[in-house]
Amino acid sequence: MDFKNRDVISIKDFSKEEIIYVINYAKKMMPYAKGEKHIDILKGKILSTLFFEPSTRTRLSFESAMNRLGGRVIGFADPNATSQKKGESLADTIRMADSYSDVIVIRHPQEGAARLSTEFAESPVLNAGDGAGHHPTQCLLDLFTIVTEKKKIKGDKIVLLGDLKYGRTVHSLAYALSLLGAELSFVSPESLKMPKEIINECKEQGPEPSSTSNLEKAVKDADVLYVTRIQRERFPDAEEYNRVVGTYKVDINLLKYAKEDLIIMHPLPRVVEIDPEVDKTPHALYFKQAFNGVPVRMALLSLILGDRQL
Amino acid sequence: MKKLKITPIKDGTVIDHITSGFAVKVLHILRIPESTSSVVSVAMNVKSKIGKKDIVKVENRELDTKEVDKIALIAPKATINIIRDYEVAEKHKVHLPAEIVGIVKCSNPTCISNAKEPVKSRFLLVSDDPPCIKCYYCERETEDIAERII
Repeated sequence: MDFKNRDVISIKDFSKEEIIYVINYAKKMMPYAKGEKHIDILKGKILSTLFFEPSTRTRLSFESAMNRLGGRVIGFADPNATSQKKGESLADTIRMADSYSDVIVIRHPQEGAARLSTEFAESPVLNAGDGAGHHPTQCLLDLFTIVTEKKKIKGDKIVLLGDLKYGRTVHSLAYALSLLGAELSFVSPESLKMPKEIINECKEQGPEPSSTSNLEKAVKDADVLYVTRIQRERFPDAEEYNRVVGTYKVDINLLKYAKEDLIIMHPLPRVVEIDPEVDKTPHALYFKQAFNGVPVRMALLSLILGDRQL
Repeated sequence: MKKLKITPIKDGTVIDHITSGFAVKVLHILRIPESTSSVVSVAMNVKSKIGKKDIVKVENRELDTKEVDKIALIAPKATINIIRDYEVAEKHKVHLPAEIVGIVKCSNPTCISNAKEPVKSRFLLVSDDPPCIKCYYCERETEDIAERII
């Protein structure tokens, strides 16, 4: 399986076999990601992190992954401190980063920005989120987390909850989970329902997803509850946001309906959708999930850039 | 003897089988009247074997492929007849290519192709009839194609 110099723009760029391969390779990265073992297979390589939008986990875990592999990192987390502020195009910024590094990670508020970047870079481009578009590495780490905890995905009952309209993680995830045979159930406020084209894609890949507004019922026989934040920044107006925020809340009361081994995931940051009391329960997996970004991104960087693999 | 409502043309292009009501949009795509000083005839709601249709005749102008592609986006059943010396020299149906570049603007306001970047808009064909195209960059299907023609 050849990943050398590949761009990673959408989870759809990967076949089912390739997704499984990356997940298995990420498992091998675990002791290196934790710092228990050391490795320098990317020594001499430089990663550019171009973050035109705020990020905590994605940027830091990419940086951690590159450092753990022996590579170096350059980049910015505040576009206001770059020439973009002077009106420079994304294309020119990419040309510069391309000449200074061996691989580019980009997060940008506009859909299609990562795809466009591939036209101006010879180095591989990894999409770390493009507006309401794709976030493939988040998707891979989510899949990795489910496989690690549940040992499989096929046949798992997975509930996706929250902003299913604008949430880029749930779009990629719904597609990939269907591809891997999960049984999906969508729970969201009426105005934030999963777009039809995503539901159709899921149907084409695997079992037909169900939709409901009844969270208690959906949680009852679920293996995984994947919660997302209602994203204020994606709403055209504040009034619409205020109408739907807080519609659903995952708290101790809800967990009375859940199976003992239900795992709760969240791409973070969370705001009000998961009560902090849930953090103390064995269901809460979101912090471990966030850590899993490191081994998964190590696996990807290593497969794309490395001449030597584990 | 029947009298023709629109007389034959000596040289130029006849666009036939335009979806009824779409002739004006075809004119818009062809930048008519700005792009030509020749005679242009338009017939709307013309009865035909397959129902009503529109016809546009442009004198002294042969449409190039790029213009034809644009028409296919809004009138997928249209036929193009190139007329030379009153004879039909070429006749073909409009045909949408697999990729449509630089013709339509993406309907997603936050698509990167709508920013000031040095790229042309680019769409992939989803279906011919009715025409459905998807932005190569943001992957959204474009609504109101006729309104988005550049």
